[in-house]
Amino acid sequence: MALGLPNLNLNYMSIPDLSPLWISLKVATIATMITCGLGTIVAYQMYRYRGKARSLIEGIMIAPLVLPPTVVGFILLILLGKNGMIGQILDRWNLGLVFTWYAAVIAAIVVSFPLMYRAALGAFEQIDALLLDVARLEGASELVVFWYIALPLAIPGLVAGTVLSFARALGEFGATLMLSGNIPGQTQTMPMAIYFAVQAGAIEEGWFWTIIIIGISLVGILIVNHWKI
Amino acid sequence: MNFWRVGLLSLVTIVLLSLTRFSFDRYQQQFGQTASTPASPILVAAAASLQPALQSITPIYQAHLNQTINYNFAASGVLAQQIQQGAPVDVFIAAAAQQMSALVQQGLLAAGTPSTLLTNQLVLIAPKQSLVSLTDWRQLTDPAIKRIAIGEPRTVPAGQYATEVFQNLGILELVKSKFVMGNSVKSVLATVETGDVDAGIVYITDAKNSSKVQIAAIADDKLHSPINYPIAILKSSKSLTKSRQYVEFLRSKSAIAIFKKYGFGVAKSQS
Repeated sequence: MALGLPNLNLNYMSIPDLSPLWISLKVATIATMITCGLGTIVAYQMYRYRGKARSLIEGIMIAPLVLPPTVVGFILLILLGKNGMIGQILDRWNLGLVFTWYAAVIAAIVVSFPLMYRAALGAFEQIDALLLDVARLEGASELVVFWYIALPLAIPGLVAGTVLSFARALGEFGATLMLSGNIPGQTQTMPMAIYFAVQAGAIEEGWFWTIIIIGISLVGILIVNHWKI
Repeated sequence: MNFWRVGLLSLVTIVLLSLTRFSFDRYQQQFGQTASTPASPILVAAAASLQPALQSITPIYQAHLNQTINYNFAASGVLAQQIQQGAPVDVFIAAAAQQMSALVQQGLLAAGTPSTLLTNQLVLIAPKQSLVSLTDWRQLTDPAIKRIAIGEPRTVPAGQYATEVFQNLGILELVKSKFVMGNSVKSVLATVETGDVDAGIVYITDAKNSSKVQIAAIADDKLHSPINYPIAILKSSKSLTKSRQYVEFLRSKSAIAIFKKYGFGVAKSQS
């Protein structure tokens, strides 16, 4: 490690089970793909929508960004738990969501969505609206306007939003622990591994995962900076 | 324009920083006071499983001696970590000997401690409205049992004992993938109460005081190391006398009666 941060001897310490890394990457990647698509589409709709309910809808969608993750986790658990509103319906088909890695994906989508939405909305608002209107005058359908004009012009903002969402999904801890539980090898993500390692006094293991997360985050920042040039 | 903005921002930052500094000083003052004046409260770090019992014992003690007691309830392993990192704890009650012995080795305990205060039993529980009727530990290998809540074994003694039971029954490898690991025995109990898991392993004291779970089986005490609750006074305590008084009170007849009501056993070493 060229970082020189901790006094870490990799030969001395045993490498922990790597499953938290793969679980984190799996959950964050799937969540980011969904967030990216959903956030872009919703942001584009909101960009065109100027109705009365605009600030209310926006408030609800931004809420997970300002609420404590434990609040998000609690609400999701109430909704998706075995006795929850959605959970009861799912239970009828024997589809338990709580304590599965799907639950971690859902938690990650909910908390990363506001970041993607804000970034995408900002990207669309920076486009010269005349360009879109010209295309409409020329007879282009809304789908064509979106796909061939708005989307390509918004790409830098969308990429930044995607990277931010990925970082947020990767770092999600509170809501994930409440909703998907700490199941080593199945739902235990890297932030969870750090939390339980520190609680148990396993400082080397805590450092191991911390360095990996810092490494992934730095790569993410480099990608964003590279794209902006 | 930009200049003013930067100026304003730094001004706000300085004000905020000095505010935090100020409150930190006040905190320190307060803290220093609590450590030296006679009316200072004592801080007890206690295993999560003791929470209901200690909370009903404390008012009696406080009325008796006009002494405030503050509690920090968490998994014993977490508390032991906090104490090793210098938490200003006066009395520590763990749910396993292992967590206490780390502190003994580091010489953090006052002379004459630890000693065993209570004993407990490990039980297998299921949600009350569970569809699967659970009666035996070996049944946990059944595919119908999908999730088992246990304490994280490194920090939660109840999880540590549960792992020992599975190991001695020879089914640890078969049930391991079903474990949902909670960060205290209370979180394990709560998880079973919601019905989101099929079974859980807690102490008999936790199970008896919950209306939402049923006890499926009690673990044979040959299957795990003895569940003893050692109590100790920290060497660094600023109120050693008051801590001793408190520990003595927990061994008194009135306190023991309450512990027993909650389902605890009393250590044999002291009749």
